[in-house]
Amino acid sequence: MSALLSVSGLEAFYGRAHILFEVALEVGRGEVVALLGRNGAGKSTTLKAIVGLLADTRGERRFDGRDIARLAPYRIAQAGLGYVPEERRIFTDLTVMENLEVGRQPPREGAPAWTPEKLFALFPNLAEMRDRPGGRMSGGEQQMLTIARTLMGNPRAILLDEPSEGLAPVIVEQMAVTIAALKDEGMTVLLSEQNLYFARALADRAYVIEGGRIRYQGTMAELMADEAVRQAYLTV
Amino acid sequence: MTDPAFLLIQFLNGLASASNLFLIACGLSIIFGVTRIVNFAHGSFYMLGAYFAFTLADHMMPALGDAVGFWLAIPLAAVGVGLFAVLVELVLLRRIYRSHELFQLLATFGVVLIVQDLVPAVWGPEELFGPRAPGFTSFVTILGFRFPEYQLVLIAAGPLVLGALWLLFNRTRWGTLVRAATQDREMVGALGVNQAILFTGVLFLGGLLAGLAGALQLPVEPANPFMDIHVIAEAFVVTVVGGMGSVLGAFLAALIIAELQAFGILVFPEVTLVLPFLVMALVLVWRPWGLLGRPEAATGHGFAGDRPLRPLGTPGQLAAAALIVVLLLLPLVLGDYAEKLALEVFVFALFAFSLNFIMGAGGMVSFGHAAYFGLGAYGAALAVKQLGLAMLPALVAAPLLAGLGALAFGWFVVRLSGVYLAMLTLAFAQIAWSTAFQWVELTGGDNGMIGIWPSAWASNVTVYYYLTLLLCGAATAFLWRASFAPFGYTLRAGRDSPLRCDAIGIDVKRHQWLGFALAGTCAGIAGGVFVFSKGNVDPGALSIPTSVDGLVMVLLGGIQTLTGPLLGAAAFHLLEAYVLPLTDYWRALVGLVILLLVVAFPQGLAGFLRDLIERRGASA
Amino acid sequence: MTAVLEVEGLHKTFGGLVAVEAASFSVEAGRLFAIIGPNGAGKSTCFNMVGGQLRPDRGAVRLAGRDITGEPPRRIWRLGVGRTFQVAAAFGSMTVAENVQMAFLSHRRRIRALLPPARRLYREEALAVLDRVGMAGQADRQCGQLAYGDIKRVELAVALAHRPKLLLMDEPTAGMAPRERVELMALTAGIVRESGISVLFTEHDMDVVFAHADRLLVLDRGRMVAEGTPAEVRDNPEVQRIYLGGAGAEAALRQIEARQGTRGEARP
Repeated sequence: MSALLSVSGLEAFYGRAHILFEVALEVGRGEVVALLGRNGAGKSTTLKAIVGLLADTRGERRFDGRDIARLAPYRIAQAGLGYVPEERRIFTDLTVMENLEVGRQPPREGAPAWTPEKLFALFPNLAEMRDRPGGRMSGGEQQMLTIARTLMGNPRAILLDEPSEGLAPVIVEQMAVTIAALKDEGMTVLLSEQNLYFARALADRAYVIEGGRIRYQGTMAELMADEAVRQAYLTV
Repeated sequence: MTDPAFLLIQFLNGLASASNLFLIACGLSIIFGVTRIVNFAHGSFYMLGAYFAFTLADHMMPALGDAVGFWLAIPLAAVGVGLFAVLVELVLLRRIYRSHELFQLLATFGVVLIVQDLVPAVWGPEELFGPRAPGFTSFVTILGFRFPEYQLVLIAAGPLVLGALWLLFNRTRWGTLVRAATQDREMVGALGVNQAILFTGVLFLGGLLAGLAGALQLPVEPANPFMDIHVIAEAFVVTVVGGMGSVLGAFLAALIIAELQAFGILVFPEVTLVLPFLVMALVLVWRPWGLLGRPEAATGHGFAGDRPLRPLGTPGQLAAAALIVVLLLLPLVLGDYAEKLALEVFVFALFAFSLNFIMGAGGMVSFGHAAYFGLGAYGAALAVKQLGLAMLPALVAAPLLAGLGALAFGWFVVRLSGVYLAMLTLAFAQIAWSTAFQWVELTGGDNGMIGIWPSAWASNVTVYYYLTLLLCGAATAFLWRASFAPFGYTLRAGRDSPLRCDAIGIDVKRHQWLGFALAGTCAGIAGGVFVFSKGNVDPGALSIPTSVDGLVMVLLGGIQTLTGPLLGAAAFHLLEAYVLPLTDYWRALVGLVILLLVVAFPQGLAGFLRDLIERRGASA
Repeated sequence: MTAVLEVEGLHKTFGGLVAVEAASFSVEAGRLFAIIGPNGAGKSTCFNMVGGQLRPDRGAVRLAGRDITGEPPRRIWRLGVGRTFQVAAAFGSMTVAENVQMAFLSHRRRIRALLPPARRLYREEALAVLDRVGMAGQADRQCGQLAYGDIKRVELAVALAHRPKLLLMDEPTAGMAPRERVELMALTAGIVRESGISVLFTEHDMDVVFAHADRLLVLDRGRMVAEGTPAEVRDNPEVQRIYLGGAGAEAALRQIEARQGTRGEARP
């Protein structure tokens, strides 16, 4: 099976700081893959580099058979690769409906066509606050909205940057169930996480990143069985 | 004067001018919100609106009938200006979205200069009186006062446009995208929206609104080639007071400022020009991001290619010594005119050098450095004319007044950063300009003061040449030395990393304030010396074009070098002296030079030479 | 042993959200003390309250017995606290030596001098400090042109210039290549041992933490979860749980597995 998203030799820099070193990963169609690592290991940078948000990025990036390494971020989004940022970056002045509108793209062959109504079925909380400005929502609600907003672009795959971060346990639970539902619909997901259990609930395979390098790759079950890797890269 | 009916009329007049201000300022604000560029050329858009409307009405009213012709000409003029704005975006702005804000401001000012020469070339230098608006040529009677009907049209225009913009921004996808991009344009891009198209559209809308404002003004005010500068300064004020990027804020600010002016003129007519800028200064100190604006992420950064300061090596010292000898011997070979020109070069070299002291080293982009040059000039002139002092004491008064002004203004200025700082310096320069312009009894107003000649002993051009060389040379040398001293290093440290400064005990704001005052004082010396060489002073010395001249000199020479401003001042002043008389399009030429510098040679002459020498050194 | 830094009952809320709750710890002379925890744990808030960038709502910070709670950073620096930042903050347009000279100029209160050439002032002193961090050889290179790991060393030298009692290092190895990380921390630890100053640092690289910290404080959602020696912290089950994921994820897993289970049964 050819991968939907494949990255190799990815290097990234912030100013003079070299952040990523030869990162390589693949995500197959319909697969949920976790990118695990501690704070600052390079997870967010990897996702940003893939969607073209870093000025200084080198290496090969292919999506859906296309070379996306030289595309502007908006072209990558239009190609069907959605990105959900860690900081959420909700448009706080815009209402829920308007936030969704910004994300809207034409329907795409081979991807589910999302509408606000379908998304409200997936995120029932949001349905009750259609006209509420993004700035007046809780962290959990914003996290739901930022995922819904990206889905409005009818992506073939999404990059989810730490969706469980900073959320109360009950919201984390909701979030995991929602992502599982997306997976059931055939969505391809690359999930960056430091919450191992959250990833275990969702992912088929995992990469572990530390110090800007991929240190481990395997199925989720293999990773759960590998005490040494967890000790070395995920826990204290 | 306290007649309530009269007050009502005055209030209505205020509303009419508020509408006009709002139409201009909201476009400026929208453009800034999305592109982060402060568009100096917005005043040009406004002016073009009036001229386009004149020409269109001139042709269409005979052809289609007065009413149809006129009321069709207005929106068509607005659309025409919108298209012109699109052209500006495609040709220029697109290349400089990632540039330093100084280059962005200067580039759009380049457009101003080009349009300023274009307009008289096309429409002639005379004022063009537009037709009266068909259907609204008469008066209505309000409580016994006659009030022009057309003023009511203008009053309605503001709220109507506000309503239309509200619908556009809240009921259309495009408007939603613009609002989203105003907040986080990168995220909008990551969601699949092509920003380039969004930016072009925003320029069209902004140009359209400014064009509409100009076109609607035609029945009230003749189209003239000076409309742009006059209106842009007030539009800046309204935008900044309202909060850059906020349409509603612009509306509120326009109301406040227009009404303050409408009533201020009754109470204290001398302050009407100063008033908006005073409001702006106060609002910025109270709310640094305006009434309805939001805090900007800090954009403070140095200029690309900043290098460690290196004192002149032996060849440099020899060159400097040779230069001094040449300058000392120059009067032997030069005639009076050339000698005068040379001494003016010294004056502007000091002016440019002092500007670069705060801008290059301090990272504070000043669009109002002329204020301190002008305060120096007026300080000297007032000392002679009002206090009856001789030249030397007057030359002491010059830096004194300029330094005090820089201390007072600088206290506010250093509280801001980036483009807000630039606009506040501009506002203060306009306060100084307005004061000089309006306080006729003291300053002679527009005519300025004449007959300020050197004392008898220095009345010979050559003597004054040496005096200028001494004063300006010493001040420049002092600033040069200060650049290498801990004072200059600390200024640069504050620019490079305020965070690091704070963590090693340096109070950056206080130091910037002192630097600002020092630079202002030195600019004052230049201004004082300049007055006696010309024999007169007028508000032009404090005007925006003089400030921009300083910026162009610095930019021409190269901003990251110490020699750059000196070189730039010489090059610019000599160009002005020798090329200006040859062409009718001097301003357009300067405008093109600015655009060329910004787009192609941001490192300037000195930087260009330095890079060239280094490349040769590297290949050797 | 005397405590260089004592933090007592530090508390900070942002708009109703508790960022740090009752944080107390003390750092003894000559020791490296690390604050760790997941994102949003309150590490930076805690750190910035010690450094003076944030003023605590309640609680006290004492430096060598002297109350410095709520003092501005400039003053705290003058009282003997050096600081490095997560993203190195240095003067990019100056040379390496000049960066350190700036700290001396400020410390000796000479930043307003208008005439003496700055590059000659305190150059010897600056070179001596640079020598300690292994950067004397690059003293005349422009700081902005250095490799990132070297900029971090310059920053360390700047922070050491006025012989502080305490060094605050916010994620000292962030953005560095792994080898540079080891070198920088070994260097820091060496300086601590040699000069007896104390270090308070936050860090997410656990190798660094366990290799160098004498004591650790673990924060989670603003609460102190554990404090002790590296061995003590490593054995704390609560700490393990925090790092590997909360109760929510486990509940979700059960729910998802249950659903998949029912679906599985429904299939013939």
